[in-house]
Amino acid sequence: MTSTSTMKTSLKRVRGLGSAHSGTEHFWRQRLTALANIPLTIGFLCVVYSTLGKDADAARAVLARPFDAFIIGLFVISGVIHMKIGMQVIIEDYIHGEGSKIIALALNTLFSLAIGAACVFAVLKLAFGA
Amino acid sequence: MADVKSRPLSPHLSIYKPTITMTMSIVHRITGMGLYAGTVLLAIWLIAAASGGQAFAPVQGFVGSPFGRIILLGYTWAIVHHALGGVRHFIWDTGVGLGPERMWLARLTLIGSLVITVCLWVLGYAVR
Repeated sequence: MTSTSTMKTSLKRVRGLGSAHSGTEHFWRQRLTALANIPLTIGFLCVVYSTLGKDADAARAVLARPFDAFIIGLFVISGVIHMKIGMQVIIEDYIHGEGSKIIALALNTLFSLAIGAACVFAVLKLAFGA
Repeated sequence: MADVKSRPLSPHLSIYKPTITMTMSIVHRITGMGLYAGTVLLAIWLIAAASGGQAFAPVQGFVGSPFGRIILLGYTWAIVHHALGGVRHFIWDTGVGLGPERMWLARLTLIGSLVITVCLWVLGYAVR
């Protein structure tokens, strides 16, 4: 490396995050959503327990309660972000062809967005009524 | 290409004897992929619920059927195993648990996931 060709200090170069243009956000977001997923999964299980043994309309009424809808919404958002990042790592690990990798990464993002949007929309519709 | 093939390769999966730590690591990834696919079922469940009682009743019927319960049981185990694997990663993140104790950490992940899954289902049948 020709360090004389630039006036930038080492710190400045590190903050520029190099040619990848990204740093540790991926790792950090994975851990942050993992942490959030623990209480949110427990909360989601509690919502599911409340629906057990109820007929369809009574179960829908449970999902429509504000706090239950709030918990499901957070569970879906945190979960979808977590699974999107996780699948991205799997794709980058196993799919080596540049073209197929880009397609797989794009499909992963679109699938995660679609699932997240569908679930959040359903939760909001339940919560705010038909 | 012949030159490429004759290059020495580092040992890969087929060379190593499977160990509990290796298996639990692989299972963590597989359960992650299973949960990924399972979100489709979660989305179907929620959309059916949002569509009204007429749409939700058959979905609830399927979930309660023997086949639906088997899927749900597998899903419960996958999410618990993946969660415990995540806790193990948090332990490793602090710099501990990487010595010989990783053996019982891996065993704890497997046994713990089975025990918690059974407990959750017993609770489910109790509160029903």
